[in-house]
Amino acid sequence: MTETFHETLIRLWSLDRDVVAIAWLSLRVSLTAVGIGLALGVPLGALVAVARFPGRDALVALLNAFMGLPPVIVGLVLYLVLSRSGPLGSFGLLFTPGAMIAAQAVLATPLVAALSRQVVADAEAHLGEQLRSLRLSAPRRAMVLIFDARFSLVTTALAAFGRAISEIGAVLVVGGNIDGHTRTMTTAISLETQKGDLSLALALGIVLMGLVVAVNAVAAFLRSHAARAYG
Amino acid sequence: MTVPPVIRLDDVRLALDGRSILDGLTFAVPARGVTALIGPNGAGKSVTLRVIDRLLCPDSGTLHVAAGRSAFVFQRTALVRASAATNVALALAPLGLCRRERAERVASALARVGLADRAGDAATRFSGGEQQRLALARAWALRPALLLLDEPTASLDPTATAIVEDLVAEMAEAGTTVLLVSHNLGQVARLAARVVVLDGGRAVEQGPTRSILSSPRTPEARAYLTGELPWTSFAAAS
Amino acid sequence: MDFLRRGFLTLGLLAGFAVGAPVHADPQSIVVASTTSTEQSGLFKHVLPLFRDKTGIEVKVVALGTGQALDAARRGDADVVLVHDRPAEDKFVAEGFAKARQDVMYNDFVVVGPASDPAGIKGADVQTAFRKLAETKSPFVSRGDRSGTHSAELRAWKEAGIDLAAVKGDWYRDVGQGMGPALNTASALNAYILSDRGTWLSFKNRGELTILVQGDPRLFNPYGVMLVNPEKHPNVKVKEGQAFIDWLVSPEGQTAIANYKIGGEALFFPSAGKANK
Repeated sequence: MTETFHETLIRLWSLDRDVVAIAWLSLRVSLTAVGIGLALGVPLGALVAVARFPGRDALVALLNAFMGLPPVIVGLVLYLVLSRSGPLGSFGLLFTPGAMIAAQAVLATPLVAALSRQVVADAEAHLGEQLRSLRLSAPRRAMVLIFDARFSLVTTALAAFGRAISEIGAVLVVGGNIDGHTRTMTTAISLETQKGDLSLALALGIVLMGLVVAVNAVAAFLRSHAARAYG
Repeated sequence: MTVPPVIRLDDVRLALDGRSILDGLTFAVPARGVTALIGPNGAGKSVTLRVIDRLLCPDSGTLHVAAGRSAFVFQRTALVRASAATNVALALAPLGLCRRERAERVASALARVGLADRAGDAATRFSGGEQQRLALARAWALRPALLLLDEPTASLDPTATAIVEDLVAEMAEAGTTVLLVSHNLGQVARLAARVVVLDGGRAVEQGPTRSILSSPRTPEARAYLTGELPWTSFAAAS
Repeated sequence: MDFLRRGFLTLGLLAGFAVGAPVHADPQSIVVASTTSTEQSGLFKHVLPLFRDKTGIEVKVVALGTGQALDAARRGDADVVLVHDRPAEDKFVAEGFAKARQDVMYNDFVVVGPASDPAGIKGADVQTAFRKLAETKSPFVSRGDRSGTHSAELRAWKEAGIDLAAVKGDWYRDVGQGMGPALNTASALNAYILSDRGTWLSFKNRGELTILVQGDPRLFNPYGVMLVNPEKHPNVKVKEGQAFIDWLVSPEGQTAIANYKIGGEALFFPSAGKANK
């Protein structure tokens, strides 16, 4: 055990360009997926928070349930959809970074929608009556509330990023863990563990943790910096 | 009264969560000037303002509002985490103004409440008095025919209260019909020409401010006003 | 409404990032569905750069169990398959998913177990060894994932005259994973396991495990390569895929395979030339 840790530290120093490329791919895939998740999930969550329509409670329950969508199942379904024999097979997306982005976006979107629904509902409790009195339409009220809650939504984005960058089930299935092409931090860690190279796996794990901490730190800094101006 | 009223409520009833709030409310508000809605807590004053602004829909009865655009200033100012100018601008969104018109309206509304030099500052960091002035600017920018005020000075210090009262008086003089809910009877006496006394979701008395404050005819109005008098004298003294 | 415009701008940027980010599809690349044992042995890392430098064709290897690899190819998700389960490969050809199968290389299986060897199988032939393992109910880890190695293990039990279904018990651990994880499990449990030699040689977390049975002709493990039939899946990159196969079986490719060594030991032995229909 201590031996493994000692070796891990040595391996950390000697991590090569491959690891940088893998880390960059992980970041690119997960950040893009979170971007898509935010672009789709925030307006959806905000509209659900603002508008009153039949089936709304059911939709909220569905969103909350989908927050915990198992990555492997998302991966499997997307695999079948993107496979050459599947409905979207002609795009040739399977075993590409695009497929991994799609899979993580599917994971991120309901999480973002459910969390931002809550955040926007809190803002609505404070501002909703005023906005309705101003005769703003539901989409516009949703936009104003999103803007008002933007600092809280950073936390939502971070939660989605954490889910995306740390999942392996979906990227492994639809990405195929192809060396130099679709190998991410999590699939690389899994592969090294399978090869019994535990110290390298641990070293990669430390790099992944470092990435997550760094992204969170940057977001926290930006958030506190921007939020300070608005009290 | 020869001039037809701007607002007329006739036997309006409304229950919220199974509790009757408005119980056959009937009164009228004449055009122009300030009308005050007074009465004990739970009388239905705030709900009445919301019904008039159509934020709440009455269960029965008729509501007639002849005024054009209405603007509502809430007791708890609801401002967006953005600059003062943006807060005013977003109220103008449904009006379909062009960009220049919008900018001019925002600037003139802020100038009117004395916040012109704070246009770019974060509204949520304003003091309570400044926030309520900004809320008035936002309302004023809409050029409302009807201004609904729900205890606009309840949490302000005397100086801020005086500033807000002056602004309300100016708006009323400019031709806006103002409906004011307030527990501050000194304020009511200073601003309002007419008073409607609410109790238990009904209008128990209405008429000119001076006669109702000095000699209420109904026992409900008398009970409310006598309970309030010590506070009035205290507020007047300060 | 400055903030609304800013909001739209942000969303636009995000969308742009999302659209701009994926797939700048390299024109010259093929997908090879292969097995975890070849990937984890490190062979591809050794030979693929040589092929790429020569032809400019990028080979993307998806490592699955042999059964899954063949299924992925059946769905059209690979251009070439490189696997090691002769009966399954022949079936694949018979179904028309490939027109031909070619020998590429072989390695062999080894029976690995704790150095203390409580079942006493060291140096025995495979049939005796498996019979002893069943008799002593010694801990045994099975891949259980329809891989080529799994098939080979099932064949070994059968040839030893053992009805696995009847004797299966707590001692027989079916992990349903690739070679690496199965070896990790065996290492943790001090259990016996059938492994391909390549993965075993590159495996680092051995613990007390060591090779106990090897060299039996029954442990021969041939690898075959097939181009997916373009008549089944028109998207198959015939030219590039065939170029890869031709290179693998060429003297150059065969030398590259033979030159891949760990600790001075060769992992795979070239066997091309015995083309099979």
